[in-house]
Amino acid sequence: MPIRDLFIEATYLAASVMFILGLRSLTRPEFARRGMQQAAIGMVLAIVGTLVKHEIVEYQWIVAGLAVGTLIGYPLGQFVPMTAMPQRIAISHMFGAVAATLVGVAEYYNSGGVLGHGEMTALGFEVMFGSLTITGSFMAFLKLQEIMPGRPIVIRGQNAFNLTLFAVTFGIFVYLIVNPDQKNLFYIMIALGLLIGVSMVLPIGGADMPVVVSLLNSYAGLASSATGFAIGNNVLIIAGALDGASGFLLSVLMSKAMNRSFANVLFGAFGSVVKTTKTLAAGQAYTPVSAEDAAMRLAYAGRVIIVPGYGMAVAQSQHVVRELAELIEHRGGDVKYAIHPVAGRMPGHMNVLLAEADVPYDRLYDMEQINGEFEKTDVVLVIGANDVVNPAARNDPGSPIYGMPILNVDRAKSVIVMKRSMNPGFAGIENELFYAEKTSMLFGDAKASLTKLVTEVKNV
Amino acid sequence: MTSITELYVFVLAAFVGYQVITRVPPLLHTPLMSATNAISGISLVGSLVAAGAHETPVSTILGFIAVTSATINVVGGFLITDRMLKMFKHKPKDTDGKRP
Repeated sequence: MPIRDLFIEATYLAASVMFILGLRSLTRPEFARRGMQQAAIGMVLAIVGTLVKHEIVEYQWIVAGLAVGTLIGYPLGQFVPMTAMPQRIAISHMFGAVAATLVGVAEYYNSGGVLGHGEMTALGFEVMFGSLTITGSFMAFLKLQEIMPGRPIVIRGQNAFNLTLFAVTFGIFVYLIVNPDQKNLFYIMIALGLLIGVSMVLPIGGADMPVVVSLLNSYAGLASSATGFAIGNNVLIIAGALDGASGFLLSVLMSKAMNRSFANVLFGAFGSVVKTTKTLAAGQAYTPVSAEDAAMRLAYAGRVIIVPGYGMAVAQSQHVVRELAELIEHRGGDVKYAIHPVAGRMPGHMNVLLAEADVPYDRLYDMEQINGEFEKTDVVLVIGANDVVNPAARNDPGSPIYGMPILNVDRAKSVIVMKRSMNPGFAGIENELFYAEKTSMLFGDAKASLTKLVTEVKNV
Repeated sequence: MTSITELYVFVLAAFVGYQVITRVPPLLHTPLMSATNAISGISLVGSLVAAGAHETPVSTILGFIAVTSATINVVGGFLITDRMLKMFKHKPKDTDGKRP
């Protein structure tokens, strides 16, 4: 092996090891930052290794691409606010998929269709996963950015249409493996892949986004891996496999946390809401509470748990939440945060927001860690969360969320729910927690109410 | 024969990834997503060859776009992961240690 190739392979091997170590560092928050910086160095090594390849004979387009990419990537990394993280991640899956797909198309174009069956299989997987991830991620981005309505868009016969689409695309793929020189079919397959991405994400509502974003993460990884197979490059295969495994695992975790079967997730046939929930007796009473009274109760509480939901992210009220918690702690109370796995629009969404607001992470508790503690809690403050605290998931077999693991807020001594109104939202699932005797409702915008609470607690 | 070796690499890497990532706490799931996303920017390696190999004008242009997209992910992905991880702090800021 010539010395140049040895050098290239060495950089790839080093990069692969550094990527795995980087991901491993994420198991411990205190080491995570260093580990990921090492992974970034691994990436630089792999790029340098590639640049000395003898296939590369001209550099002007490479330099141009690196420059434009850095110009766009820098602000996307440095200035995007934490509240916009879900759509930021969604759009980055799109960029990854664009790269993988275009490399596949370039390979195919240059080969003129003269390919072995094995190569064609790899290329086919590459452009199929790539193209459906491009449009799927873009749709997810549009929904999360609210350029498109976040509610599910369902057309009649959608499932039949999707199934046919899958079958036809897969059929073309198999035909192409046997006859790799059918150029038109190759491009038709990409077009169908793009269409699948759209039709897969259209029927998905905002609350199901954590599953979709994770799944697209996995597909983007598989596209990279397939690129590695197509061009015979191990570091691509390894990095893609890591990405694919991570996305796969997160989708499994998310779908478990939403009580959806994994098959349901894999085939994208989720998001449609069954409206057979038992309606609560009309005129059932709830107890509204004023900010003054709520503040009084929080000020004198010994144990407080805060349950944040998407409503906190929308109102961008994480900083006020932290302020309130610190006030209660100063008065001698104990404040913890209970984080449901699917609170928000992506895995870990709430943790990042609260960390941004300087909440130390040892105060953030997962569902399993904290569910036993609600019974001894004086006041639970629910901020813009709904389904994840709905006892119907435990007691109402007719409810669409029946069986979903929830935070046992209803077992606390008292509950204060912050909400805009009694409107149950687009899912239309009534929440009996809001009507329970121990629950008080504090209506209004989360940020405004929290600011009022802070002022009132200061005055107590 | 080589493709079999590649399959080995894929399966083993996926296995290692799965083992490592199951141990990532939910606390860091968002940084995990942005981290794997940055790492999957490794498709830059394939893009660079397409952009610089001077095979056909079409592949050069496609390569250029691919290099741009992958670079966005590498630069933006590692930066935002670092920004997030910087925020996760252990020490409570100014509590008086009054934990019951």
